[in-house]
Amino acid sequence: MATRSILPPPTRLLFVLLKHAPFQSGWCAINSKAQYSTAPNLNEKTFDKILIANRGEIACRVIKTCKKMGIRTVAVHSDVDANAVHVKMADEAVCVGPAPTSQSYLNMDAILDAVRDTKSQAVHPGYGFLSENKEFAKRLAKECVTFIGPDTHAIQAMGDKIESKLIAKAAKVNTIPGFDGVVKTPEEAVKIAQDIGYPVMIKASAGGGGKGMRVAWNDEDTREGFRFSSQEAASSFGDDRLLIEKYIDNPRHIEIQVLADKHGNAVWLNERECSIQRRNQKVVEEAPSTFLDSETRRAMGEQAVQLAKAVQYSSAGTVEFLVDSSKNFYFLEMNTRLQVEHPITECITGLDLVEQMIRVAKGYQLQHKQEDIPINGWAFESRVYAEDPYKSFGLPSIGRLSQYQEPTDLNNVRVDSGIEEGSDISIYYDPMISKLITYGATRAEALTKMEDALDNYVIRGVTHNIPLLREIITHPRFISGDISTNFLPEVYPDGFKGHQLQVGQQRELVASAAALYITAQLTFQNVRGNLRVPSIPVESSCWRLSAQLGEQWHDVEVNKSGPIYTVHIDGERVEVHGQWNLASPLLPLTINSKHRMLQCLSRDASGNIVLQYLGTSFKVRILSKLAAKLNAYMPDKVPEDTSSILRSPMPGTVVAVTVKPGDKVAEGQEICVIEAMKMQNSMTAVKQAKVKRVHCKPGETVGEGDLLVELE
Amino acid sequence: MTARFGLPSVTGETRAAMMAAYCVARGSRGFLDGLRLSFRSLAPVKHAAPTLATNRCYSVSHLSVRERIEKKRKAALVGGGQKRIDAQHKRGKLTARERVELLLDAESFCETDMFVEHRCSDFGMEQDQNKFPGDSVVTGSGRINGRLVYVFSQDFTVFGGSLSGAHAQKICKIMDQAMMVGAPVIGLNDSGGARIQEGVESLAGYADIFLRNVMASGVVPQISLIMGPCAGGAVYSPALTDFTFMVKDTSYLFITGPDVVKSVTNEDVTQEELGGAKTHTSVSGVAHRAFENDVEALLHLRHFFNFLPLSNQDAAPVRECHDSSERLVPMLDTIVPFESTKAYDMLDIIHAIADEREFFEIMPDYAKNIVVGFARMNGRTVGMVGNQPKVASGCLDINSSVKGARFVRFCDAFNIPIVTFVDVPGFLPGTSQEYGGIIRHGAKLLFAFAEATVPKITVITRKAYGGAYDVMSSKHLRGDVNYAWPTAEVAVMGAKGAVQIIFRGKENQAEAEAEYVDKFANPFPAAVRGFVDDIIEPSTTRKRICRDLEVLASKKQVNPWKKHANIPL
Repeated sequence: MATRSILPPPTRLLFVLLKHAPFQSGWCAINSKAQYSTAPNLNEKTFDKILIANRGEIACRVIKTCKKMGIRTVAVHSDVDANAVHVKMADEAVCVGPAPTSQSYLNMDAILDAVRDTKSQAVHPGYGFLSENKEFAKRLAKECVTFIGPDTHAIQAMGDKIESKLIAKAAKVNTIPGFDGVVKTPEEAVKIAQDIGYPVMIKASAGGGGKGMRVAWNDEDTREGFRFSSQEAASSFGDDRLLIEKYIDNPRHIEIQVLADKHGNAVWLNERECSIQRRNQKVVEEAPSTFLDSETRRAMGEQAVQLAKAVQYSSAGTVEFLVDSSKNFYFLEMNTRLQVEHPITECITGLDLVEQMIRVAKGYQLQHKQEDIPINGWAFESRVYAEDPYKSFGLPSIGRLSQYQEPTDLNNVRVDSGIEEGSDISIYYDPMISKLITYGATRAEALTKMEDALDNYVIRGVTHNIPLLREIITHPRFISGDISTNFLPEVYPDGFKGHQLQVGQQRELVASAAALYITAQLTFQNVRGNLRVPSIPVESSCWRLSAQLGEQWHDVEVNKSGPIYTVHIDGERVEVHGQWNLASPLLPLTINSKHRMLQCLSRDASGNIVLQYLGTSFKVRILSKLAAKLNAYMPDKVPEDTSSILRSPMPGTVVAVTVKPGDKVAEGQEICVIEAMKMQNSMTAVKQAKVKRVHCKPGETVGEGDLLVELE
Repeated sequence: MTARFGLPSVTGETRAAMMAAYCVARGSRGFLDGLRLSFRSLAPVKHAAPTLATNRCYSVSHLSVRERIEKKRKAALVGGGQKRIDAQHKRGKLTARERVELLLDAESFCETDMFVEHRCSDFGMEQDQNKFPGDSVVTGSGRINGRLVYVFSQDFTVFGGSLSGAHAQKICKIMDQAMMVGAPVIGLNDSGGARIQEGVESLAGYADIFLRNVMASGVVPQISLIMGPCAGGAVYSPALTDFTFMVKDTSYLFITGPDVVKSVTNEDVTQEELGGAKTHTSVSGVAHRAFENDVEALLHLRHFFNFLPLSNQDAAPVRECHDSSERLVPMLDTIVPFESTKAYDMLDIIHAIADEREFFEIMPDYAKNIVVGFARMNGRTVGMVGNQPKVASGCLDINSSVKGARFVRFCDAFNIPIVTFVDVPGFLPGTSQEYGGIIRHGAKLLFAFAEATVPKITVITRKAYGGAYDVMSSKHLRGDVNYAWPTAEVAVMGAKGAVQIIFRGKENQAEAEAEYVDKFANPFPAAVRGFVDDIIEPSTTRKRICRDLEVLASKKQVNPWKKHANIPL
């Protein structure tokens, strides 16, 4: 699998080119698989062996650069990850414990043992896990092993959200008003919130990113937020401190990538726009931002560098800002690690951030000056998750990737992933499948490429969020750059419902399904060999069918001539031409002379065809005229009444059950809490009722669709 | 009589004879209404359905033969008349003719015996309005995707689809021809039972069909699709066929209906619980699969038919295939979990290697610890058998042995190669299994695999322990090609148990266990003895099987002459 991913070949593009790079925005198209404009200097000795204290895509990402730099790699893994891609890619692998992260990837003793046993000279922590853990950095230092990241004091200073703001203020960085201290009790939380004035945001102090972040609009929310956030903080970070601050309504989330060395040099590598978020977790990112003018960009960049210098920062880091509609920006926090979305910065600057981190960790000076940093073209990143986008923009799903094909044969597409066909997406780890990155000379080009890439991405076996990603990147508001962190709830106030088909699109879809149906019917007749009783296939080149899409039935007439199907739907003509391979998950079609990549998700004997079209999967039922006529006599079967049954919307662990049989519950009252992928989800009653039976107890693992509680 | 097969007489003979069809019908209002409708026409003319009466009260004398033919044909096409057709539709059921039309290729149906009428002259049955051209069954031959098939479809609108002598005779006629020609027979069952008015003639009719079912067994594939009631003695015809499918909510199979059950055993049970699709596909194992409604059932049946050869003289069909036989399946390299106690889904393996990921599973809801069904490899139909580690660790028990054995024998009878995936920890221990006769039932699967002469390819994915290893199409039972994945463990039992026996009383069991694992928990002991032909990378499994099937297509193997074998039934 590793060979299928992108291993940038040494590129001939010289670094000097970069000085004029802003005028050379087409570079990435020249060599589509090489995102980096510099080749590593192999004479510059760094480390012989690096241990990567992480898993999944980021571990693979780091290993790729190490290989390029001639550095041997050591992977650590939990027992269930023994066959994982990062383990196969690394030169050596060490098992550091069982599946739960607290016993494996967060297990410092085991990881330090692995460092010693493998004689690794440095450790790259990736993101998450131990990447911003000062204790880990300290213990490595004691062993004389280099931590590839900033010094302990910088981690400490920036890791503490309160201290970081004080430092930021002192470094003349704009900070958010209403900033306050550590919180111990719900009452204290409420008081602080009231002092700041609602709305306020509550999150774990130790947590990075948006995980565990909750917005409170009143005292009640604050208490609930305190409870959830402190629990999450404890389970995810082993540190239950909280942070409460003023919540800026309708902001953009824009962050500046900085890179600093141990000699006091620091540069900013432009911004990343990360406003598209759901539940405060990023979904789609882009670089640069459509919103920033060069003045604001420079101001933000300079403040970011000031902050980095103020804490003697070295390595790559990210300074997150909230930007309001008048382009006022406020320091949010600094992430003292490589960010998930770092590839888009790499795409537009040509730098390999991991390579730079390794160089800096070894003590080399930065290769670049601020004026060397270009903005070349545009890059997008879509976070492809194993989750159901139809449930609150994404609830985790699990499963085995029964089929998996990355769209890496398209140019200007980069896929950072740590999984392959056959991998298991389990409840133990982050449900991210991959980061899909596209770039182009212009924003429009990169966006079109993203559309293609999403359409060509084959994922089977787990529910994924490609429908949502594709809707976001094709939404007029997104295309025009009119976004904020409230984009999703504003655009989809009633929740995400998938692509809404226009009439013309409905016809395209039905025509494709009908053509596929006929293709299949014809193969059924094509029996080979010498037959004792000859077969008499039905010879025809014209079929009259009925097609059901949603509740609607359509009259369909299909004419076939070679691979071209001419389909009349309710009298309207659609021409479909394609490679009709029933075994392929991809259906490259030309519909009315437009190229469309559809995917066949399933096909059954009774005419049900599920196609992925424009990102969303649609069920079309194709029947012969006769079958459709007779189907009208078939009774509608009544589905089970679900209002009195509470089922788990996702696989996870039951953390708490707050009701017992006989209890009366009000509509919206919490019934139990399910933890999945470190998120706590409160399950509530959909109606006022009496609890009939409780089928789960705290600590139990439940699967998606498992019965939790029955109401009367 | 229908209601009393295998049951001691509890009512007077007369009453039993009269009530049989009623007995089985109680509990299903819809069905009962249908029967009432049918029997209404037994009454004198004044009670007959008016539309029908007008249609039928023609004066024969001044009509030409040609006109009479036309009239009869027309009458045959409407069966029991529009009112009963409407009633049938209202129950969510199609008519006998609609079913045939949907099952077969357009305009391919050649009907036989459209003019046959029942010969009963008792109870007013001889009257004109009680004669229906074609009687209560539609028979003939046709094509499914171009391939020949014989069909009978019982017509519930005519006397509740009850079986008269004439009805049975029609079915026997097409069965006889199907056997001579060498083409499958599909029965669409929707019948209230015996034609009570005909008495023993009806019973004789059943027996005539049973005999033909038995004679045709192993000669041409026989499929039953139960689309309405099928009760009493009638159930034995589907039971004798190779596959029995049902329609959910509208079909029932039972020896005796809820009423008789109540009177004999005092059990309260609904028709659905007693003999519905769910019961038979998940509890009794009588039916092989169930479908949502008539339309879906018939469309799936068309699909299923594509897998089957026409007769025992034909090879397994090879169809146009879009899936490369050289395709590698990387996901198989990681499918067997790290810990040997952890389960995985055997269906994932089967779907991944089959052409176009298509697998028609037989008995998906019964004895789920074994998976059986049809797939294609490079276009050729194969029977897939696999232990299912996800259910009861994939062990063999009574039900799974019987399920597997019957499937293997079908494949062998009809020249369908068998691909077996083995991950079996052994036979299920316990008193319920022993008392239930696991020894003789397990022997059936052993027998079936051993006697099969079709190409047999076996892949050991993980555990192949004990006697179950032998049973699962092992080399010793004439497996043609036997593979092991690197994760295979062929041993008498798991390490823990083995060590407890070999090193009883010794300390340091853990060390001994490690030694045992090192020695036996891998494919080598079997491979060095030639009991597996090769240890293969799982991702190459599809490729290897496709190649082997190509080679084995000309395999010839003959068992010693015998009248028939004596499988431990």
